Amino acid sequence: MSGTITLLERTLAVARTEQRAALVAYLPAGFPTVEGGIEAVKAAFEGGADIVEVGLPHSDPVLDGPVIQTADDIALNKNHVRIADVLRTVREGHAASGKPVLVMTYWNPVDRYGAERFAAELADAGGAGCILPDLPVEESEGWRKAAQAHGLATVFVVAPSSRDERLARITSAGSGFVYAASLMGVTGTRASVGEQAAGLVARTRATTELPVCVGLGVSNAEQAAEVASFADGVIVGSAFVQRLLDHEELSEGLAAVRSLAADLARGVRRAP
Amino acid sequence: MSDTPDENTYFLPDPDGAVPSPEGYFGPFGGKFIPEALVAAVDEVAAEYEKAKTDPAFAAELNDLMVNYAGRPSALTEVRRFAEHAGGARVFLKREDLNHTGSHKINNVLGQTLLTKRMGKTRVIAETGAGQHGVATATACALFGLDCTIYMGEIDTRRQALNVARMRMLGAEVVSVTSGSRTLKDAINEAFRDWVANVDRTHYLFGTVAGPHPFPALVRDFHRVIGVEARRQLLERTGRLPDAAVACVGGGSNAMGLFHAFLPDTSVRLVGCEPAGHGVDTGEHAATLTAGEPGILHGSRSYVLQDDEGQITEPYSISAGLDYPGVGPEHSFLKDTGRAEYRAVTDDAAMQALRLLSGTEGIIPAIESAHALAGALEIGRDLGPEGLVLVNLSGRGDKDMDTAARYFGLYDEGDAK
Repeated sequence: MSGTITLLERTLAVARTEQRAALVAYLPAGFPTVEGGIEAVKAAFEGGADIVEVGLPHSDPVLDGPVIQTADDIALNKNHVRIADVLRTVREGHAASGKPVLVMTYWNPVDRYGAERFAAELADAGGAGCILPDLPVEESEGWRKAAQAHGLATVFVVAPSSRDERLARITSAGSGFVYAASLMGVTGTRASVGEQAAGLVARTRATTELPVCVGLGVSNAEQAAEVASFADGVIVGSAFVQRLLDHEELSEGLAAVRSLAADLARGVRRAP
Repeated sequence: MSDTPDENTYFLPDPDGAVPSPEGYFGPFGGKFIPEALVAAVDEVAAEYEKAKTDPAFAAELNDLMVNYAGRPSALTEVRRFAEHAGGARVFLKREDLNHTGSHKINNVLGQTLLTKRMGKTRVIAETGAGQHGVATATACALFGLDCTIYMGEIDTRRQALNVARMRMLGAEVVSVTSGSRTLKDAINEAFRDWVANVDRTHYLFGTVAGPHPFPALVRDFHRVIGVEARRQLLERTGRLPDAAVACVGGGSNAMGLFHAFLPDTSVRLVGCEPAGHGVDTGEHAATLTAGEPGILHGSRSYVLQDDEGQITEPYSISAGLDYPGVGPEHSFLKDTGRAEYRAVTDDAAMQALRLLSGTEGIIPAIESAHALAGALEIGRDLGPEGLVLVNLSGRGDKDMDTAARYFGLYDEGDAK
């Protein structure tokens, strides 16, 4: 079975024709429990997310702030999440919603599992692609071949520090969309979205036809609306994870995820 | 090839340059697995280092610091009473413990601090395990008027409290890291997070021969002086090369510094001593090359301690400086090519060697270096009276006195907190 890169492309194209940004939610698998993580993905879609990134937790999440570190720690050390659980989260999230689901993780778990094996199994689960923020384009050829062969997108991250010639190199190797980091830093909510974000999106667009989605620091509808005014997608992670951390009762956490997704979905549909 | 540098030269980058490749590879190991946000900064370090390598002004300034500040060359000491326990083989110690700040770490720190100045950066961050690299970094930052933040695992801030105080005395901010295993690995994670957010004005003064390219080669080059000096000193004193050159390996910087000058001398066994903790078969160890498998940690491919799905496993060693689940990629390359050999030394063997050197020679080594001493005792016994063993005494043991006093029961009853 082939991966669902075309579903991902179509979803972003539809959002563009509706003259709005897509809402992309990040939720780590295995958190707050394996089953709870699957329900959280479904809840994000029910609330209005267009795309979900399922986090494959890692022991050493060097690009993540305290909120996602805490979730990864619970997923790995309390719930002992395995890659099979992550793939099931993708499968059930996609099956329930019919919407695109990507995996976001660090390179070592995929490398260790085997890039070809991981790509084949992710595609079989109905996955749309993968985001590997510590795999730079120079080291990515093996993964990209496997991803392409299985109908999966390879989404690269660009940063405000990326120079123009490098942006061109990255975007020409990527597929699905480009993940633009709004600021220099790790994941986590911020009071304001970095001023560098709009400039980075413009510089990135000058190199590619791919949609450009902005992540890092976005946590509420106002910020979502602001980012939606210049980007093709708005990526929200820590704010969702925080909702689940805030509620001991899973049903309350899921309701909070649904409600945040609905808020953000309204945000991406209005100009600020 | 072998070096015949001017005796008064202390900046001795690899004159051969066969590895790493331009992409930072030592065979299949190394590379640059970093987030996009750090690519520009890491490339800047590499470019600045390439410029500095051929700039006589850089070499002159570093030379001056190495001699008049760090105290190079470091002594080579023959330890005859200790050697009686090593099968009668002759044993020489390269005394990196006598450098300013008490370990080899100052070599790399002075070099990278000059690079920091050249890049126009005003803030330095670093990780530290035992505190040796942190103290050296805080020292250089005080000397050059740079802001300094040191990341140290919470467990290590407790077992190396003296070094925490030293760093603070030198004006550095010490951040106690409470994530993960709360040791060196997690201190590095936290330093990377800081670097991503503050890269404009900040240099990450990486402390070992690991990390993304160019750090493995750059840190090695600043420590190459250890082996070049020791080789020359030993030839002058004994008229021959050692049978074995022995060093402890955590990340592997002092070992690489010792080994590198001997790479062309194929008669010299290069022996790295890894921490076996409570024993490699107990699972409580940090013997990465002995028990790990290739993977990616902290920006490069090398042997790592990991589970079957690529999660890094928590290491253990009595020595904070060796308590790390990764190792520099050039060591992985030397292991797989067979040029160097790596053995695992338990906590107990290292502590016995620490006490032995203290009692026979009046030299208290760091627990890290004591792993190399324990290895040297075994190798000496294998070689017998004709043997000649060179050991890198990478650091002094003052910082470890609390751990050693508890281990050996040296406190009067009621004194130990």
